[in-house]
Amino acid sequence: MLVSNVKGVEECDGYPLQLEIEEMRTEETEFNAFVHRMLPKVRYDALRIAAAAAGCDLPEALDATDEDALRRVHTALCDVHVVKGALVCPKSGRRFPINNGIPNMLLHEDEV
Amino acid sequence: MKDWELEAALAALDPFAPETANYELEQYSTSAHLAAQIVLCAARSFGDVEGQVVLDLGCGTGILSCACALAGAARVVGVDVDDTALAAAAENLERCSCEADVDLVRGDVDAAPPLRLAAVPDICVMNPPFGTRNVGVDARFVRFALGRVSSAVYSLHKSSTRAYFVDRAPEWGASAQIVAELKFDLPKTYKFHRDESRDVRVDLIRFAVGGDALPPPPPPPPPGRGKGGKGKGGARGRGRAKGDQRGRGRRR
Repeated sequence: MLVSNVKGVEECDGYPLQLEIEEMRTEETEFNAFVHRMLPKVRYDALRIAAAAAGCDLPEALDATDEDALRRVHTALCDVHVVKGALVCPKSGRRFPINNGIPNMLLHEDEV
Repeated sequence: MKDWELEAALAALDPFAPETANYELEQYSTSAHLAAQIVLCAARSFGDVEGQVVLDLGCGTGILSCACALAGAARVVGVDVDDTALAAAAENLERCSCEADVDLVRGDVDAAPPLRLAAVPDICVMNPPFGTRNVGVDARFVRFALGRVSSAVYSLHKSSTRAYFVDRAPEWGASAQIVAELKFDLPKTYKFHRDESRDVRVDLIRFAVGGDALPPPPPPPPPGRGKGGKGKGGARGRGRAKGDQRGRGRRR
């Protein structure tokens, strides 16, 4: 199955892009040290907004000792795959469609 | 995973289909052997792959993305401008069961405003266009990658452009080190190719962000024909597939 993880969410001019989901798929994976390694590498505020669109509530400030919160971060990062939807720039309203799990971040020629 | 297992898994992936390969984008398939060597070099010599977030610019059919995922990368983001290539990449990811570890994104290195990522990759592993059709695109790929990763960029370039990249790297806030000299086995991809395949000499360059790592060691002798000289001479007589090398020294 083709996938796109919430973590892959991009930004453009506006920050961060809003995620709209038409079709998503959840696949449970094992919870492990992955989350600890990934956390410093993602922009947590952007992840939190994207996760909310996918129905995972993440706390505003993350406590690294709170296992329940970490499990939810793991779900957002690893288990949720957006198959179809869009990323919307909050500033310009420009929509970047997601098809087959692949967000298309190209602009049309008249927009460049 | 053993080295041969990695290469065998990559050999099962589909290369660019000749009927859809886009010459303007310089779509040439990286062989399984080459992809495995690149990623194993990054993994073994520098410990740069396992547990890391990897960016693959110009991922094409995704062979380097798959290789990184199989070698233990935490997550890979593959970016390409061509949706046919991305569809092929998605199939290849599935074939080696890497689809959960790799995100594909359609984006353009030359786009304005530039593509930004919500995660900061540790490294970039890529085989960019060599800049034959689109002069300077190879340098733009490197600069794009350097602007995003926190640690290092591994990139494949024609050996004839070595001097250029080594000279420019400090300007881009990085230090360049030639970590391997390889042969790019260029299979017959486009109609104007007369031979079934042809070897092009390429360097695997590691650009260390910040350049505060080790100063680049003296480069190995250029892969000329036994003669010395600075990088550039290597292009002679090999211009057929990748075109001529003039204009290579220009900055953008």
